[in-house]
Amino acid sequence: MTLTRRSALASVAAAATLPLVRPARAQKPIIKIGVLNDQSGPYTNTGGITSVICAKQALADFGVAAKGLDVEVISADHQNKPDLAVSIARQWFDRDGVDMLLDVPTSSVALALQSVVREKNKVYLNVGAASSALTGSQCSPNFIHWVYDTYMLSKSTGGAMVKAGGDSWYFLTADYAFGKQLQSDTTKLVKAAGGKVLGSAPYPFPGTTDFSSFLVQAQASGAKVLGLCNAGGDTVNSIKQAHEFGLNSTMKIAALLMFITDVHALGLDTAGGLVLTESFYWDMNDHTRAFTRRVLPKTPNNYPNMIHAGCYSATLHYLKTVAAMGAAEAKKDGVATINHMKAMPVEDDCFGKTRIREDGCHMVPAYLFEVKTPQESKGPWDYYKLKVTTPPDEAWPPMAEEHCSFIKT
Amino acid sequence: MFMIFGIPGPLLFGQLLLGLINGAFYAMLSLGLAIIFGMLNIINFAHGALFMMGAFVSWMLLNYLGIGYFPALILAPLIVGVFGIVLEKTIISRLYKLDHLYGLLLTFGMALVIEGLFRNAYGSSGMPYQIPPVLQGATNLGFMYMPNYRGWVVLAALVVCLSTWAIIEKTSLGATLRAATENAPMVQAFGVDVPRLITLTYAGGVALAAFAGVLAAPIYSVNPNMGSNFINTVFAVVVIGGMGSIMGSIITGFGLGVIEGLTKVFYPQASATVVFVVMVIVLLVRPRGLFGRTA
Repeated sequence: MTLTRRSALASVAAAATLPLVRPARAQKPIIKIGVLNDQSGPYTNTGGITSVICAKQALADFGVAAKGLDVEVISADHQNKPDLAVSIARQWFDRDGVDMLLDVPTSSVALALQSVVREKNKVYLNVGAASSALTGSQCSPNFIHWVYDTYMLSKSTGGAMVKAGGDSWYFLTADYAFGKQLQSDTTKLVKAAGGKVLGSAPYPFPGTTDFSSFLVQAQASGAKVLGLCNAGGDTVNSIKQAHEFGLNSTMKIAALLMFITDVHALGLDTAGGLVLTESFYWDMNDHTRAFTRRVLPKTPNNYPNMIHAGCYSATLHYLKTVAAMGAAEAKKDGVATINHMKAMPVEDDCFGKTRIREDGCHMVPAYLFEVKTPQESKGPWDYYKLKVTTPPDEAWPPMAEEHCSFIKT
Repeated sequence: MFMIFGIPGPLLFGQLLLGLINGAFYAMLSLGLAIIFGMLNIINFAHGALFMMGAFVSWMLLNYLGIGYFPALILAPLIVGVFGIVLEKTIISRLYKLDHLYGLLLTFGMALVIEGLFRNAYGSSGMPYQIPPVLQGATNLGFMYMPNYRGWVVLAALVVCLSTWAIIEKTSLGATLRAATENAPMVQAFGVDVPRLITLTYAGGVALAAFAGVLAAPIYSVNPNMGSNFINTVFAVVVIGGMGSIMGSIITGFGLGVIEGLTKVFYPQASATVVFVVMVIVLLVRPRGLFGRTA
């Protein structure tokens, strides 16, 4: 057969129709979950690969195959860089067909992704980032904040400190979105309770390892409470050095964001007696212990903290929603999926029965824990004593004060 | 209370002292780098990773073998030094004939591999390492509360830095070393085993990093990233002091620690950048560094 102009045109036309024909007889759509977090830097242990493991555990527990769903979990390291995270997310949405973005610690990164997800109309379940602006001034109908925010931390840990007589504060603050938001939320709370803020040291993030200068300034300020508006390795180093300079005998230390992994890194000798806030503790009840037993074999050196539990809980609820809506519908419209998630009650081993408020706050209570002393601790990772439970309606910011734009008042 | 630039005097003295303490770490690390650069012509980017290894080895000695802090001060540098010998013999020695840039890339890669391995095994949160009981507690100096351990760090760093300087500048071994730096073939012709000298120099520089790592373990959390936090500043220190200058790196190390400390009082946000601002100014005015030899 010779190739004529007509036959060539015909074959081109036939080829052009192929992509149109294919989707019509495509198999069931694949739901893709993208876990985007820090897998090599300071927040590796608080999120990292354990978050991915917990998301996959949700797939197993839900039994995706038996429910007729095709679900895939992929992950990437955003190295705490907003620009890198945005380009990964765009590639995921445009090329790889990712439907749901999960975890995403580091507030600066989390905020940068808010508009990308909204533009692509996908689902964004944030667990790792803290800034309360995510459901406030920067809120989005494609977004749910799963386990904690800066408002909750200041309310629970800060509130307990003020109640115990800590009415003058000095802040040690990581100089970026998260630290500043946490400082401003806590400042509001302290002032509302009649206390005062005597000063603050905003230090460069990342890259600061020595806090001694700031600690000496804090001591000289005469404040009663040292408020640590930082996280991960910075928190560990600043507490360690505060002990060295004897600050723990003259001031009270309020580690406003601290995870069980940080307690482990400090050791109970140093961390014993500190109070901190998490919305999950592995040894809370039979359900949380059962969950921990299931994931621990896959991540033996890193017990799940509230972020890991949140990744599990968020994924599980998302899968339930997808099963209820149908995968094709869920893939098509992120806002509709989020609205469906908000309408359905949430229930899992980690957080029990909860609900999602219309502005995207997953209404879990905040637990104020006191870290056990070496004498009180009975076994590995037996670290917390529950002191106070803040009910969800008080733990999350009041809707009226949030000024979230997509909610009609 | 008297004031200096609107800052209470005691607070300022306190900050000067703290600056000296940080400077002690800069001095020890940049000293090792300067020695290695002077002898091997290698810009050892793995220095931070080896500093981290020093801290980790002392943690392992304590937790796996029950060996405490003071023996670790000797043992950890030895162990890491031997590791340095292995690195030099098997990998680095192949690059001596090439441009500096290749050595920089190679050691940078090695640093990433070493840090990655430790991160894989121990996570990123870090490990606790307690201050030895003898050095716990603090002394009230009147103008500030000085932790005894920090005082010990400055003392130990000064002794180690000055004795290293003395060995290189005042002994016959140091003379041979300096001669080999100037003209290796000539020294070899006099019957000195120059390749072995190079290997031992690398091991020595690495051991200095490990020693600093052990000193740092009780202050910072022992974690895989602890070296990379330091290394950029330390390179700036070496450049400011003059590449390869021994006394230069010691003095600049302490000096920049003080400048950084003062910045933390006046404008904390700039404390991470001030060292690089100084570096730019020095490079503009004296491209060979403050103590660099003229060509």
